[in-house]
Amino acid sequence: MRKYFQPEIETAPREEILKIQNEKIVKQVRHVYENVKYYRDLMDAKGVKPEDIKGVDDIKKLPFLSKADLREAYPYGLLGTDIKNCVRIQSTSGTTGKRVVAFYTQGDVDMWEDCTARAIVAAGGDEGDVCQVAYGYGLFTGGAGIHGGSHKVGCLTLPMSSGNTERQIQFMMDLNATILCCTPSYAAYIGETLAEKGYKPEDNKLKAGIFGAEPWTEEMRRDIEKNLGIKAYDIYGLTEISGPGVAFECEEQHGMHINEDHFYVEVIDPDTGEVLPEGSKGELVFTSLDKEAFPLLRYRTRDICVLSREKCSCGRTFIRMTKPMGRSDDMMIIRGVNVFPSQIETVLLNEGYSPNYQIVVDRVNNSDTIDVFVELAPEQFSDIVSRHQAREKKLESAMRTMLGIGPKVHLVAPKSIARSEGKAVRVIDNRKLHD
Amino acid sequence: MAIQQISVFIENKQGKLLNTVKAISCEGINIRAMSIADTQDFGILRMITSDHDRTLEILKEESIVSTTEVIAVKMEDKVGSLYEVMKILSDAGVNIEYMYAFTATESFGAYVIFRVDDVAQAQELLDKSGIPTLCEEDMRAL
Repeated sequence: MRKYFQPEIETAPREEILKIQNEKIVKQVRHVYENVKYYRDLMDAKGVKPEDIKGVDDIKKLPFLSKADLREAYPYGLLGTDIKNCVRIQSTSGTTGKRVVAFYTQGDVDMWEDCTARAIVAAGGDEGDVCQVAYGYGLFTGGAGIHGGSHKVGCLTLPMSSGNTERQIQFMMDLNATILCCTPSYAAYIGETLAEKGYKPEDNKLKAGIFGAEPWTEEMRRDIEKNLGIKAYDIYGLTEISGPGVAFECEEQHGMHINEDHFYVEVIDPDTGEVLPEGSKGELVFTSLDKEAFPLLRYRTRDICVLSREKCSCGRTFIRMTKPMGRSDDMMIIRGVNVFPSQIETVLLNEGYSPNYQIVVDRVNNSDTIDVFVELAPEQFSDIVSRHQAREKKLESAMRTMLGIGPKVHLVAPKSIARSEGKAVRVIDNRKLHD
Repeated sequence: MAIQQISVFIENKQGKLLNTVKAISCEGINIRAMSIADTQDFGILRMITSDHDRTLEILKEESIVSTTEVIAVKMEDKVGSLYEVMKILSDAGVNIEYMYAFTATESFGAYVIFRVDDVAQAQELLDKSGIPTLCEEDMRAL
């Protein structure tokens, strides 16, 4: 069984990785400066020229990018190459109505799939495996990214997409799936459904699971491992940078190795933007070192993490990041989908409601629930029940379109949503997602 | 000759309905007829009271209220009288949103409150058919 997908780079000495990074960043900054006017303007405003960047140590001189920039530059403003060179888009939530659209050349897709292939091999995958991909397919990066990596490894790939648990289980059992890839909450749900059907953990042929796209705890990992009889591996990524596979766990299951030959990582103080030393808790910032179509430099992820260069027994030399310990913004991850309160606010305003609302997120039977409480204005009140139900349905449908997941809407009396110091508490998250 | 019904939004929380009823009672207002529609999230209390304007004034401090015109139709104490009224409305295409029954004294008899989509048309149909309905003065006189 192979231990690494690309051993020469995954176990390369630190100096060699640094050399690769230094060469790539010089080229990449020039590429971005020449082709992305939006970022060129940011660099000019900061007085930074491409020739100022001689290696990764100079990256800190570059301006940051954030979700706000992606919204500003939507849809083509951060495109680094001609559309005719692009072969694909993937998309994720924006902070309001506009989604984030990321472009890929064939080279970008290849690089991304190399990264997910590394994750699959690190989880013990090889060409003899049957890899069940139960991440959503479509605009979401989960399905497409793992699917491509699974091909590269040579696994028999089951492109299941998410949902239809009966069919998932049928294929899993009949085709002897050995690796399951999905969100951790869906893995837990599949485990429970198997148990309900009378299957014991040893009845399935699964050996590993690659789970990501949402926060999960060590406790949840142990439960999934026990219920499915597998080892459960974490994977990290974001559409803006490529998708899952930016970082992945190895057999140590102790932090995720960042694919440093493609992504340069920094941890910053979210308030000051100052770069923090290794081992400090702060916001993750990624610089794409070789992406052509959507080459983001110093993209602020808003994920709060700690990095470690401590030697890993797996032999990989890539730096490791902890699971995200929280967010430096108000983004929630619900059933693997990024949700911002501002998206919900946009829907309410569009539909003629006041922006007095509260979002309650919970996890029931391993599935996230989202309830939105909306204050009714006096003029919206009717004595007829069905009119209120129609209002709720209409809001639910508009929110489903905006968010990609369907919340349950509850109309409540005016001024009934608790306010603290005059300000409404927008989000109550009852899930315990961080250890 | 439709009469005024007050509808109140009642949050699905302990004590909310009680407080509403208490507020009316403290003001010496009499509830003549009422019904509650309940959903998972809230209830809608519909009432006809002895003093509509005052009820409205008191309750709008606490909750959302609205006024709706409804028709109180007298029901003969015999088989088929409700059917007869509903058939008149239905044949004319008047849609019934909801209805509820009430009574006062034995001599007053039984009435059904109709909330319809076209009050004027419904009233006209009932008058033409000679079916007695109540007006505001009748309610106050109770």
